[in-house]
Amino acid sequence: MAQLPLQFRLNGSDVAVFADEADNLLSVLRGKVGDLTPKFGCGQGGCGACMVSVDGKTVLSCVTLAQNVQGRDVESLAGLSGEQLDPLQTAFMDGFAAQCGYCTPGMIVAARALLRRNPNPDRDDIVEAISDNLCRCTGYEPIIDAIQLVAAQERGTRA
Amino acid sequence: MAIHKGRGTCAMNYPIGMNLGGDPSQALVHSNPEGKFTVALSSIDLGQGMKSVSRQVAAETLGVPVEDVYVDTADSDTGPHCMGSFASRGTHRVGNAVIAAAKEARAIMLEAAAEELEVNAADLVTDGQGNIHVKGAPGNSISTQDACNAAQFKYGQSVSGRGIFLIPMSDVDPDTGEMSTVSCFAHTAMIVDLEVDDETGEVSNVRINSAYEVGRALNPKLVEQQLIGGAWMGLSHALYETTEPYYPSREHRPYSFSSYPMPGPGDLAQHDISILERPAPDGPYGGKGTGEMCANPVLPAVANAIYDAVGVEMDELPITPEKILRAIHEKQRQGA
Amino acid sequence: MSVEFRKDLFADERDDDLNEVGKPTRRQDILGHVTGRSPFFDDHRFDGMLHIRCVRSPYHHARIRNIDTSRAETMPGVVRIMRGADVPVNLNTLLSLLDFGKDDEPVLAVDKVAYKGEPVLAIIAESEAQAHDAVNAVRVDYEELPHVLDVEEAIKPGAPSVNLTYPNNKFEFYGGTDKQKLRFGDVETGFARADYIVEGRYQMAPIEQAPIEPNGAIALPETNDRWACYTSTQGLFFTLGTAAKLLDVSSSRLHFIGGTVGGGFGGKVDGLCEPLAILGAMLTGRPVRYVLDRAEEMQVSAPRSAEVWYIKDGLASDGRIIARQFTGYFDSGAYTRLTSYGVVKCTGHLPGPYTIPNVQSDLYCVYTNRTPATAMRGFGVTGADFAIERHMDKGARAVGMGPLEFRLINAYRDGDMKAHRRLAGNCALIESIQAAAARANYPLTSEYMQMSSSQGGGGERAQIPATRLQDGSELPAGTRRIAAADHAPGLIPQVGVDVPVSGKPSTSATPAAPAPAQAQTQFAASPAMRGYGASSLGQSAPPPAPPPPAATPAAEASPPPAAKPQGSPGPRYSRYSKIGNRRR
Repeated sequence: MAQLPLQFRLNGSDVAVFADEADNLLSVLRGKVGDLTPKFGCGQGGCGACMVSVDGKTVLSCVTLAQNVQGRDVESLAGLSGEQLDPLQTAFMDGFAAQCGYCTPGMIVAARALLRRNPNPDRDDIVEAISDNLCRCTGYEPIIDAIQLVAAQERGTRA
Repeated sequence: MAIHKGRGTCAMNYPIGMNLGGDPSQALVHSNPEGKFTVALSSIDLGQGMKSVSRQVAAETLGVPVEDVYVDTADSDTGPHCMGSFASRGTHRVGNAVIAAAKEARAIMLEAAAEELEVNAADLVTDGQGNIHVKGAPGNSISTQDACNAAQFKYGQSVSGRGIFLIPMSDVDPDTGEMSTVSCFAHTAMIVDLEVDDETGEVSNVRINSAYEVGRALNPKLVEQQLIGGAWMGLSHALYETTEPYYPSREHRPYSFSSYPMPGPGDLAQHDISILERPAPDGPYGGKGTGEMCANPVLPAVANAIYDAVGVEMDELPITPEKILRAIHEKQRQGA
Repeated sequence: MSVEFRKDLFADERDDDLNEVGKPTRRQDILGHVTGRSPFFDDHRFDGMLHIRCVRSPYHHARIRNIDTSRAETMPGVVRIMRGADVPVNLNTLLSLLDFGKDDEPVLAVDKVAYKGEPVLAIIAESEAQAHDAVNAVRVDYEELPHVLDVEEAIKPGAPSVNLTYPNNKFEFYGGTDKQKLRFGDVETGFARADYIVEGRYQMAPIEQAPIEPNGAIALPETNDRWACYTSTQGLFFTLGTAAKLLDVSSSRLHFIGGTVGGGFGGKVDGLCEPLAILGAMLTGRPVRYVLDRAEEMQVSAPRSAEVWYIKDGLASDGRIIARQFTGYFDSGAYTRLTSYGVVKCTGHLPGPYTIPNVQSDLYCVYTNRTPATAMRGFGVTGADFAIERHMDKGARAVGMGPLEFRLINAYRDGDMKAHRRLAGNCALIESIQAAAARANYPLTSEYMQMSSSQGGGGERAQIPATRLQDGSELPAGTRRIAAADHAPGLIPQVGVDVPVSGKPSTSATPAAPAPAQAQTQFAASPAMRGYGASSLGQSAPPPAPPPPAATPAAEASPPPAAKPQGSPGPRYSRYSKIGNRRR
């Protein structure tokens, strides 16, 4: 299959690679760009471990054609923390909201996207926001709690 | 057509470690010249917290702060043999191996401290904050860092230790099933309240009250993680999951998460937990394993609650709405 | 959601004054997890890495007449096609490492396939997509064979033979028997004396472990004629040993790296990917990655076994269970994997946490033409406990008692004899029930709230009854034939646990002496280990020894082991000890 040039921004930096027409975004990010924070869980769009944002909206990168992000802004978990951790990361650590850690990148990407579009989420909003993300370890409860905590903290900061 | 409330109960125990024994685990502990310890294991952390529990156990035994210990798992060139992370064996078997290794390293650290302080090593204690002092005389002390440094640079001693834990493998009597199974058991009891819709067969508003006896909660938050996540998986087993929905027929098998239902974050049960700790005589600081037992009680407790709600015996898993409805219809047909 | 610690219970058996143990310390690995930097096996990438996809059987049961790979070989990117003949030792059973069971499963099927999805060929290509395309270009000529999917059908005479190593579709247990027996007392006498008989049939579903990270491995040539393998296994040396056997290489030439795994739940014990990935690296000289896709995880990586259970209880009108009989069928699928182990483990678990004077069980490990089963969280116990605890509710109804009250009066206690002829100790079932009842406002009367695991056990309940064997003969009361203790304390000197054999009643299990700092009461250096690095553990003197175990029921109730039964195996050792004698 033909290799086509592909350019996009990843976590604020320009990226240029060659990719097959049929390559999915996850395999390009992990295999060609070297961003290993999105994880392969199912390749079927069924688990959310590969979740990233494209132009601010979450997508399942394993079922997103890489060529579709041409010229767009992609953000992975790696883009959420610079010198400081995202408060969600701290809350997940303190709240014991991860066990094996494999779903965690997608969870945090989903949670940050929620808090950006809705700074005042209630529990149902959080549940809905992470309903594309499977976790087999935690029973979700500590994840929901951690996101709720950060939402409250950030409301307090703004107030 | 109505919603019916039901309550179900159960009680269980769970064996810790591989049945019949014969499953050794080893640990190596060593210090660098700054008194920072590495625990080398080939055990696996698959989310249960192997690294964290081993770290706390090692720190406790060495008498140093947990920050001074790092656990490295799973490089077969550097980590000594371990059977693996299964059979609820990690905390118990590996924990004991880590204690044994840490004791050996600690003894050498204390011998060096004794030389430095010009006292008898038997008179020394650790404060857990990185200091070694003469029992009853906290002023007469040396830091664990200085002791480890002296051991290596003055006395030529490796501050290190080896540990293994093995319960020798038991035979099985083919006629009676006599065997030595395992050395300790965790326990649980559970009471589930729920509602069943007799029109759709759906189960909802699941509320769980549970007690789990875990020997000792070596890290209470890790125990909590296991119990909450495990009960979620138990609920999933009870009501949702199977790879063969019409077993033993192999029709209608799932090939993706989309066709393999599990409770999502919107389907959670309210779960309130009491944790009991009766230390196991041979557990690391009394600890048992909680990783497997925690899922089990939900299955029968849910089935028993469904009987209490609508009077049908759900004896085949998973208890799908289809099975509940079919059973209700069958009961009505027989009653009619 | 709320969590409470019942520190009031068993407080006299615990020293809670510890520095690090018992603290809610952050996980060591948590920063890596929340930043996506934890090194899972698939986070290691190598130049020139190749990929494996397998050709799999479309039939439940079929003879392989011919395999035509001519078209696949010429497909773009295809580097190598591995067949069964390429696997040096193409027959294994996982527990051969513990010397249990016969080799029965090929890595790649050669003559026949015994389940839908069984791997026949492994194709190595430059990309996963190319390997996938090549899989579709292989032509395998199958002759379909009759198959059997139902455990009870599979053990009837004339059923198709699923597994050539066990042609009767039943695993052979210790002593060569086709089922794992448990005999304690005489259930028929118990049933004859019972006021109520309760019978039930139960079925455990096959379940996928479903960790979010799939099974996988990346293998590559390492320096000095070794191979490295990055792996998701739950048992690093277990899988290394399996790979060394299948590939007929010294274990010292394999270097496994793992230990950070994205969930397992029992689904990453079988070593499905590692041997083929390493073989691929050996045959191509390049890094080779083999990861199951989610459809494979769901249907051809091993699930929790299905189980079919029959339970019959004999109950006295006062609520005591006086006899309990089990017949159970574990669906092993086409090969053994770990199901035989699960059956034995389950046998040791029966009849559940209850003291019952007459217990009988016959458990079968049955082969059917389905995906081989393996371990899953609660292995060997989850299905049995579902059946038992459903059955307990029916028993409670039969005798007209509350379900928890019925469990409480039958609950096992310290010093009770279990059906596998070992004494119970360190029990906490009664207290767990009481605590859960308190949580849920389940009204237990004071009679039940005052029960205790450490009281009322032993005595009569510590006795091993005369036992009716399958051949009709009677084994005298008190008979034990397997070395007595769960532990031989002398064999674990490194830990120095002055451990009583299990079954020591808690009244004496609680060290009476004042507890030194930390947990030395439990880890007191035993006399045997002094001088073994244990002389200077920060104790001024050896702590007082726990009370001597002389008066334990274990000592009383266990006469010296009689002669071993005929056909009993000799001492069993890990195969590792034998490997040590083989020069490579």
